[in-house]
Amino acid sequence: MNVFDVASRAMSAQMVRLNTTASNLASARTDYASKDEAYRAMRPVFRAVMEDNMATVDVERVVQTDAEPQKRYDPTNPIADKEGYVWEAAVDETAELIDMLETARNYQNNVQVLQTAKSLILETVRNQ
Amino acid sequence: MPSLDQVLALNGGALKLRSQRLNMLASNIANASTPGYKAKDLDFDRAMQQAQNGSSVEKAASDHTGFRVPLQPSLDGNTVELAVEQTLFAENAIQYRTTLSFLNGQVSSIKRALKGE
Repeated sequence: MNVFDVASRAMSAQMVRLNTTASNLASARTDYASKDEAYRAMRPVFRAVMEDNMATVDVERVVQTDAEPQKRYDPTNPIADKEGYVWEAAVDETAELIDMLETARNYQNNVQVLQTAKSLILETVRNQ
Repeated sequence: MPSLDQVLALNGGALKLRSQRLNMLASNIANASTPGYKAKDLDFDRAMQQAQNGSSVEKAASDHTGFRVPLQPSLDGNTVELAVEQTLFAENAIQYRTTLSFLNGQVSSIKRALKGE
């Protein structure tokens, strides 16, 4: 494993995280007829992978958070139950947006690592 | 008369240590959001001293690699602090470049001597 593997695998992991955030945000504010079918926010679980004194990161799995879908009284909604309630997707939009910013920042850092490592290696081999 | 290896050993060894440190700092940055990850770093000065005293660069590097003590511990056990890692990464890259230009200076001096300029 070299520095390029480290940075690129970390970028892939951050990309998975960005995808789950996008799914969560896309599903936010949607209503469901029952609590069981309501969307719950997804989150990747990161795990460090050590090799040759270096460590990169992989997504071990993607889990559903245990946030509870909220019940809302909305009798005019066509999918409302007999008592007039619908369930909202369990997504905290503010938390998702903050997570998105952090993901973007981490991604950028890895791009920067890649660029620096590339230019150092090029400078090393270019010299006669 | 010292052999060519001996002449270049100092800067060559330093360059190797710098690149190992670059890998370690890159690993820390890659794991900025991995729960429980402990940031590692290489004590360059001590490793360099050991390498100068005749030890191999690889052994010197592994002897002086340790875990970073975080300025502020986080709840998930991760000890990567991006500001710290980014600063050290940038610093280490500059030190790599400096060592590289010293090494190139040495090589071009030797070349000039061989050509009899």
